[in-house]
Amino acid sequence: MATGLVLVALFVAAGAGYENFLSARVVLNLFKDRAFLGVVAVGMTFVILSGGIDLSVGAVMAFTTVFLAKVIGGLGWSAPVAMLAAVGIGVGFGLFQGWVIHYFRIPAFLVTLAGMFLARGMAFVVSPRSVEIRSAFYDDLGERGLPLGEGLLLTVGPLIYLVVVAAGMVVAHGTRFGRNVYALGGNEASAALMGLPVGATRVAVYGVCGGCAALGGVISTLALSSGDPTRGTGLELDAIAAAVIGGTVLTGGRGWVFGTFLGVLILGTIKTILDFDGSLDPAWLRIASGGLLLGFILLQKLIARQRVS
Amino acid sequence: MSELLHANGIVKRFGSFTALKGVTFRLRAGEIHALMGENGAGKSTLIKVLTGVHEADGGTVTVAGRGIRAASPREAEAAGISTVYQEVNLLPNLSVAENILMGRQPMRGPFIRHGEVKRRARAALARLGLEVDVGALLGSFPVAVQQMTAIARALDQEARVLILDEPTSSLDARESEELFAVMRRLRGEGMGIVFVSHFLDQIYAVSDRITVLRDGALVGTWEAAGLPRLELVSHMIGKEVTASSGDGGVVCGGGAEAFRVEGLERRGVVGPLTFSVAAGEATGLAGLLGSGRTETARMLFGIDGATGGRVKAGGEEVALGSPRAAMAAGLAFCSEDRKVEGIIPSLSVRENIVLAMQASRGVLRRVPRAEQEALAAKFIAALNIRTRGPETPIGTLSGGNQQKCLLARWMAMQPRLLILDEPTRGIDVGAKAEIEALCGELRRAGMSILFISAELEEVVRNCSRVVVLRDRRQAAVLDGPAISLRTIMETVAAS
Repeated sequence: MATGLVLVALFVAAGAGYENFLSARVVLNLFKDRAFLGVVAVGMTFVILSGGIDLSVGAVMAFTTVFLAKVIGGLGWSAPVAMLAAVGIGVGFGLFQGWVIHYFRIPAFLVTLAGMFLARGMAFVVSPRSVEIRSAFYDDLGERGLPLGEGLLLTVGPLIYLVVVAAGMVVAHGTRFGRNVYALGGNEASAALMGLPVGATRVAVYGVCGGCAALGGVISTLALSSGDPTRGTGLELDAIAAAVIGGTVLTGGRGWVFGTFLGVLILGTIKTILDFDGSLDPAWLRIASGGLLLGFILLQKLIARQRVS
Repeated sequence: MSELLHANGIVKRFGSFTALKGVTFRLRAGEIHALMGENGAGKSTLIKVLTGVHEADGGTVTVAGRGIRAASPREAEAAGISTVYQEVNLLPNLSVAENILMGRQPMRGPFIRHGEVKRRARAALARLGLEVDVGALLGSFPVAVQQMTAIARALDQEARVLILDEPTSSLDARESEELFAVMRRLRGEGMGIVFVSHFLDQIYAVSDRITVLRDGALVGTWEAAGLPRLELVSHMIGKEVTASSGDGGVVCGGGAEAFRVEGLERRGVVGPLTFSVAAGEATGLAGLLGSGRTETARMLFGIDGATGGRVKAGGEEVALGSPRAAMAAGLAFCSEDRKVEGIIPSLSVRENIVLAMQASRGVLRRVPRAEQEALAAKFIAALNIRTRGPETPIGTLSGGNQQKCLLARWMAMQPRLLILDEPTRGIDVGAKAEIEALCGELRRAGMSILFISAELEEVVRNCSRVVVLRDRRQAAVLDGPAISLRTIMETVAAS
């Protein structure tokens, strides 16, 4: 709720302050620019809902981009196969992290921190620097999309993002897996006593998040036509911030995928405003995000307190 | 009446400790069967075996004649055994309806039929005579409704055996009555209900039969109507009530009143209590498990502050809002759970002994090392603490010696009132005697002691006044000659 209001307020303020801000093109660019973060943030939302955290997403995304560049450019794999393989690797990596977290009872923070170093390192092994992706499939995909009239095109990246958000909402709300994630985040001991598959759910959640991170990497290569081992540094924190601004509680069990969608748009809007106003220091992007995050955490706390009393 | 559940010769070990020594328990269809026992009797272990949380090391469980081997809560539920735990084990962040059907939601393909979930939830609640908004979050309802939700969950999975583990401990009288009405209704429908409660009144109000466990073994099963309360209590604590067991308490020394507790209570938890503690004497708190002994100690020491009443020290009212305030007023608290709330295992004997003293001085005024060593040496000698030296980590000492270190910690503070919560639990007989002797010395030195123990004989031996608690209320205050095992037990068992 509050998240939606902040988004509207931002848009109104920006629309009043800058000419041409409230145009379809700006909004479309925002989607295009933030699609990879959006997909990663959906995966992160599931992990946070389950009461965990995944710090490896930025590194997994970076690995995916150089992996794609390498196998498509260097080994001559067909692009669709490479993409599927990349997402598969992301899922597998996530499942492994989930398995370690669950069966060795190690805090997710530590396991995924190790995973972050591991994936980032692997990215550098694959390629120490940025590689361009030359592929007819990529060129072709760049042209395609959902035409919205007036020469505007919703390209494949943002399209995937919207599909992932919709799928995430349905899974979170409408499937047993989704509800079990909420149960796990609500109270693990209770969930186990209710006979819910606690272990499988936790492992799967990290698989979902790893898959989303890899998919974010795929989208990123679509937008930039290159793989870069340094890409997505700090992305995990942006994804967490988006989820929290969207109303997901860090201790788990409460939150919405749609809220995360709004959170991503808010962060994107702040960035767009800074892009629009050339005179502002980009540091303000961080400062504004930080202020917003703090505000939302305090708001959550206040709501929680009210509920108790 | 047909037999519904038969647990035969259940054995459960945890390492070298045997929690259940071949317990047999039979539950009929259409009965409410109370499971009773003091601390360590094995009630919770038996329940956890029945519900698949623990796997038994021996024995068999049959439900309606069919042998089951529940290795998980899910399998137990599938066999028709459902449990409602004391701390309602549901999910406050999900809706009431989801809590009832979690894991068994009606599906269409991969998707949950939310409408059907709500309909079935309403149906299950209707059987309990409860109508609430099943779409609202469970956490927004009072505990009583949450408990009904847990029972509704059991109904929806067609449970035949319902285990209620201390369901009334956080309910008020009216809510408890409503729960009993539901229990009777379910009994009428042929369900077998296992009821665990520490409140004797409640046990007798609803139970058909009573099974008592003690020290992991079955004491017996009786018809509730044919078992007098006093006898039940004596079965539970394992002491025969005979005329000769009244070997009066420590004679009143006629000490001046040091502390006076007036109407002290923590609403919904314990009290009100009114008693006085004489200087140089020990006052006991006696009662069954769950009667409010530890709660009283925690209230006095300001850990869970009182909501009403006052405490006077030497005639003047003192504020006991926090442990710091209580310490400033001359109180010291040796807690029941020394592993969790008492000792710091990795610190040395010396460090553990000076801890409270250091805390009362503040961080900046460190107790000089020489003084620390002198203190440690003095208490190690005085209390006969068997340790290799003052620098040995306390975690390596035996339970009895750890307990003595804790005593030393509080004695170093020279409190006016020392609260000892179960000072002899889990330590060997020799150490027990030493602790008791120590209490005597402290009394002679003018210290007042509030002595809490589940061992009634200990209370009788050491105390010159006994406050008897029943159902978290003060049942009686016994003085000097009136103190005997028999009078305490009669007071506990009175209705």
